Amino acid sequence: MSVLVYTETENGKLKKTALEVASYAKGVADMLGATVTAVTVNAESTNELSKYGVDKVLTVKNDKLGNFNAKAYADVLKQAAQKENSKVVIVSSSANAKFMAPILAINLNAGYASNVVALPESDSPFKVKRTAFTNKAFNITEISSEVKLIGLSKNAYGLKENNGAATEESFSPELNEADFSTEVTNVDKVTGKVTIADAEIVVSGGRGLKGPENWEMIEELADVLGAATACSKPVSDMGWRPHSEHVGQTGKPVAANLYVAVGISGAIQHLAGINASKVKLVINNDAEAPFFKAADYGVVGDAFEVVPQLIEKLKEFKANNA
Amino acid sequence: MKILVCISHVPDTTSKINFTDGDTKFDTNGVQFVINPNDEFGLTRAMWFKEKQGASVTVVNVGGPETEPTLRKALAIGADEAIRINATPTDGYFVAKQLAEVAKDYNLIIAGRESIDYNGGMVPGMLATLIDANYVNNCIGLEVEGETATAVREIDGGKETLKTTFPLVIGGQKGLVEESDLKIPNMRGIMMARKKTLNITEPVSGDVATKAVFFEKPAPKGAIKLISPDNLDELVDLLHNEAKVI
Ligand SMILES: Cc1cc2nc3c(=O)[nH]c(=O)nc-3n(C[C@H](O)[C@H](O)[C@H](O)COP(=O)(O)OP(=O)(O)OC[C@H]3O[C@@H](n4cnc5c(N)ncnc54)[C@H](O)[C@@H]3O)c2cc1C
Ligand SMILES: Nc1ncnc2c1ncn2[C@@H]1O[C@H](COP(=O)(O)O)[C@@H](O)[C@H]1O
Repeated sequence: MSVLVYTETENGKLKKTALEVASYAKGVADMLGATVTAVTVNAESTNELSKYGVDKVLTVKNDKLGNFNAKAYADVLKQAAQKENSKVVIVSSSANAKFMAPILAINLNAGYASNVVALPESDSPFKVKRTAFTNKAFNITEISSEVKLIGLSKNAYGLKENNGAATEESFSPELNEADFSTEVTNVDKVTGKVTIADAEIVVSGGRGLKGPENWEMIEELADVLGAATACSKPVSDMGWRPHSEHVGQTGKPVAANLYVAVGISGAIQHLAGINASKVKLVINNDAEAPFFKAADYGVVGDAFEVVPQLIEKLKEFKANNA
Repeated sequence: MKILVCISHVPDTTSKINFTDGDTKFDTNGVQFVINPNDEFGLTRAMWFKEKQGASVTVVNVGGPETEPTLRKALAIGADEAIRINATPTDGYFVAKQLAEVAKDYNLIIAGRESIDYNGGMVPGMLATLIDANYVNNCIGLEVEGETATAVREIDGGKETLKTTFPLVIGGQKGLVEESDLKIPNMRGIMMARKKTLNITEPVSGDVATKAVFFEKPAPKGAIKLISPDNLDELVDLLHNEAKVI
């Protein structure tokens, strides 16, 4: 038996989350006494996977799969799971993986648990811990079907090196014409910018910044930290920043290593969405702002004074630690 | 165009989350329930299609009698009729299977990206697969012309445009309409909603593949470390040496 893991690529390169799901798959495989098989689509190189405990890589190369297509990719994984006789299938929490997973669950007759944050608590019954109520709680979910599908939360398990040697096998699943009745006609992606989904650090601004013209310092702070930029809901509602930056319970979830909140009060709906971040730093001029109760580090001060100074200090730090 | 909007009945976003029965059940005591925010955006987009392109809009929920006020609210916002499938929504697969029975009669099915209670993010994709419909998740824009639809989907770091055909299921979110387009039901809407049909149907038998068996709250947060704005070197040092995040 092998645990199957879908290791995603972006422009042919393995994503960091791919290495995280591979690490996790190895952890599950060790519990079950199984091996790990990874599936890649149009990857240029899969060498890195062997470092994270993968025993075998099924490489799929097909021009028709150039754009992500949830149905077709679900079909690829279904056939891979059947070929490998996999009873546990693992995917990430990327937008694409979340799009595909429910389709795959039906195709494999698998119970699906999304937003899983740790290795299974037990394998029989098969129980996993996942977040619920938008990070306000966890729930232990029992999956009773024979095949189990797990969606791993980002940054929940981390990378675990596990030296081995993976064999590579090319895999050519049958593609169904009907899967292509939904067709991508345009992709509009910011290049050269860290995305909230992939970022280790996220710098977020709220209404306390007064207006869109003041975002330059937020972007500069993000720049020195190699971070993605985000914002609170009213900021995107007022059109100061694009909707894609809105984080929180009704926006994007953030599970970064460091979340920096500038001029954000820390409303319950905001906190729910960013709570999965490991370390939180808040900069706010109101010592009573609720965010101070939810953060690890805080500076009570005017953002317009603190942020530019912090940028300078961080630049110095980077220069000394380069 | 016949539109079905799937409505999940969830605790209001300000709710304190607690559990009962030895942490095996969500404590509904004192909790206000609302239309799942993602579904509200979808419902509002459906109302736009109704006004601009002539569509009928049915809302559906899988749930017990306690969800009826939520369905009535959707009727007050302007949906034409409501269906309640009388069953406890045990897991995503079970819900999708119930919805599939109803959804066959519609060509556009609007659901939400995820419900904010269990955050499964699975019902619409499962439903689409069960009824063999096209499917677009994280939908932030939807236009329809005849049987063809153009949908915009949010992807990590951007968006993409897709062309697809009916029958279509979408998992929608903010962007489908703007926050300012959301409607609070007015008195007339509420009065009209009382006269609209709310059909109750019985569930089909269905397996449950997953079960939430136990709940836990996150560990309480340790005290915050406050750093003076005049001492940001200390902050940089803490982030580097203590938190190890830079
Ligand atoms: C159904 C629903 C869903 C919601 N979902 C979300 C969501 O997903 N995400 C989200 O973010 N919100 C959400 N909200 C909104 C949420 O309740 C808050 O209104 C919102 O988070 C507040 O945004 P803010 O902190 O930027 O603004 P404010 O609450 O106005 O806070 C601004 C903060 O800036 C500080 N400030 C002012 N001047 C300065 C200065 N010079 N320097 C430093 N600090 C300064 C102030 O002290 C204050 O704390 C939702 C609300 C509802 C009802
Ligand atoms: N009990 C339910 N009744 C009707 N629709 C539901 C129900 N549960 C979920 N949905 C729909 O499916 C979407 C995603 O829910 P979930 O998969 O539970 O995160 C919701 O936004 C609703 O549109």
